[in-house]
Amino acid sequence: MSALAKMASNRLFWPVVMLLVLFAINLVAFPGFFEITVRDGQLFGSLIDILRNGAPTLIIAVGMTLVIATRGIDLSVGAVAAISGAVACSIILGSPAPGSLATVAVAITVALLISLVLGVWNGFLVAALGIQPIIATLILMTAGRGVAMLITEGQILTVNSPPFKFLGSGFWFGIPVAVIIAAVVFGLAALITRRTALGMFIESVGINPEASRQAGVRARGLLFAVYTFCALCAAIAGLILTANTAAADANNTGLFIELDAILAVVIGGTSLAGGRYSLLGTLVGALVIQTLVTTVYTVGIPPIATMVFKAAVVTIVCLLQSPTTAEALSGFRRRLAVRSGKGVAAS
Amino acid sequence: MTKLLEAPTTNRQPRQGRGTGPRGTAPTGSGRRPLAAAFGLLTSPKYGPVTVTGLLFVAIFVIGGFRYRGFFSGQVFLNLFVDNAYLIVLAVGMTFVILTGGIDLSVGAVVALSGMIAASLLQTGWSPGVVIPIILVLTSVLGLLVGLMVHVFKVQPFIATLAAMFLARGLCYVISQSSISITDPTFVQLAVSRIPLGAGLSITPSVIIALVVVALAVWVLHGTRFGRTVYAIGGGEQSGLLMGLPVARTKVLVYVISGFCSGLAGVLFTFYTLSGYPLTAIGTELDAIAAVVIGGTLLTGGYGFVLGSVLGVLVLGVIQTILTFEGTLSSWWTKIFIGALLLVFIILQKVLTARRR
Repeated sequence: MSALAKMASNRLFWPVVMLLVLFAINLVAFPGFFEITVRDGQLFGSLIDILRNGAPTLIIAVGMTLVIATRGIDLSVGAVAAISGAVACSIILGSPAPGSLATVAVAITVALLISLVLGVWNGFLVAALGIQPIIATLILMTAGRGVAMLITEGQILTVNSPPFKFLGSGFWFGIPVAVIIAAVVFGLAALITRRTALGMFIESVGINPEASRQAGVRARGLLFAVYTFCALCAAIAGLILTANTAAADANNTGLFIELDAILAVVIGGTSLAGGRYSLLGTLVGALVIQTLVTTVYTVGIPPIATMVFKAAVVTIVCLLQSPTTAEALSGFRRRLAVRSGKGVAAS
Repeated sequence: MTKLLEAPTTNRQPRQGRGTGPRGTAPTGSGRRPLAAAFGLLTSPKYGPVTVTGLLFVAIFVIGGFRYRGFFSGQVFLNLFVDNAYLIVLAVGMTFVILTGGIDLSVGAVVALSGMIAASLLQTGWSPGVVIPIILVLTSVLGLLVGLMVHVFKVQPFIATLAAMFLARGLCYVISQSSISITDPTFVQLAVSRIPLGAGLSITPSVIIALVVVALAVWVLHGTRFGRTVYAIGGGEQSGLLMGLPVARTKVLVYVISGFCSGLAGVLFTFYTLSGYPLTAIGTELDAIAAVVIGGTLLTGGYGFVLGSVLGVLVLGVIQTILTFEGTLSSWWTKIFIGALLLVFIILQKVLTARRR
């Protein structure tokens, strides 16, 4: 009982339970769910699909976790993803050799550099001007789509470039490239913030910006770094999304991905009020969201209803994590303990 | 920039705080020169942003009048209301929520949902007299659920309304994946009828509904105990609670109002489009939030006016009109302009509130 209570009090308990429930539903609907086969030296299977399709969301969610840990939020990631995709595609289209590795390398580098500028812009609004993060990033969210459309001139840019396509749908040592990129981003973020004091600084800024400033944490530089990193993550995800379809669509690339990423972070138990964060929780959250989408397909619910299920899962997880529920549960447990205690005394 | 913002406030505070501070920012400088009074109006955090928005609107309208033939007419002005009646109603609901320091991301999806409900029920032969009340009740109930999630379960407004947005958008697709046109005679009549104002000017019934909503909202916010509680919660929830104000009820009710307004806006939107389509009104929540911010309501809550939000909608509308008149500018410039305007107004608010402190 006490071991279970200890587990239930863990932040990752409910998200993991949710993930396991989703897995179970999938297994019932589709017995071969856990099977992974090797075809032409490449891994195939439902789990691999979940990882591959969830990679862009996970990459953005990693950046978002750090932003949210500083008591911020970044709504502009979808627009940044669209801009980076548009930049890369227009460079590849404009070059004489769209299939060459050098062209793709230049395109990716320029797209990532531009995302750094956009991230610094967000950081400037939040850290230097002191604007509320939700509004500061709302500016780029609104204007960013316009900028992306300006780059593509309102067209959907279709590119025919094998090296670029490799980024989205290629395999490396049998593993999808997108998954490898996501793993590298996740690993780097975990390493840098958890093996150094950086993570603690980020948490301290999120818990009390004023106190951490007086304690000597350079909050301003930290905020700049966090927003820049988040924009970089968004750009990487945007490149993967664009490469996957081999087309840059300024209107639809990364549409609503900011919401998915924020959901992944919240489901993973990181509070939007800032402070303690859990990258592992974000990983679980991103997997829950992607598994949910897959479940809708395997169970045979019309895919159009996906959003209703997303709403249901978000509501359930939020209500389970709510302090009100925790209080009610602990009150119930206490009453139970009192009753059993009385029973012992009577016997 | 930051040094400019921070240094003077700390230096000047003792002198200004006692001397001209509180009186200097008051809008009614009766014994003072008109120039100083105007300066006080512009720099007060309460009236400053609204005044600037009003001036900006007039300026854009005059510039448009000089640039384009036929722009400077009463009908162009009235069409701002005709085209944006639904957005005005949305912005009114959003103002209530933002005044308490919350936010409502679900409004765009709820507009689409109420359009879908209207179109599908009318298609099966229901009477509009039944359909419209049903929609308003349903969207109010959705708002109630969001409010309960926010208040009772302490879910952040952002997440709770996000869930509502997914739910509403998902339900749209469940109702139908394609566009349903509305052929009901009452709806068509309301859509095409114009109310003449004389001199060749006319408005639609939607405009009247929107203006009634605005008038009601102004009365509720400034004339009732509920309205004052809304401002008090935005100013400081804890203080409101300690003063014995009904914080819980008010916080939940604010989301009900926003839900109701979204439902009504959805109905007005169907008068405008005469169809229901699951993908319609994507991103409208951002337009509503932008209108409220440009209208001078502080996102942290406590300051702002419904009429400011109406002005915000008109500014967005006049930019759209100019882009139409210009012809060569493409639609993406709207987004860039709105983003730039948001930036200007947020920095303005920042400067004004920093000065006050």
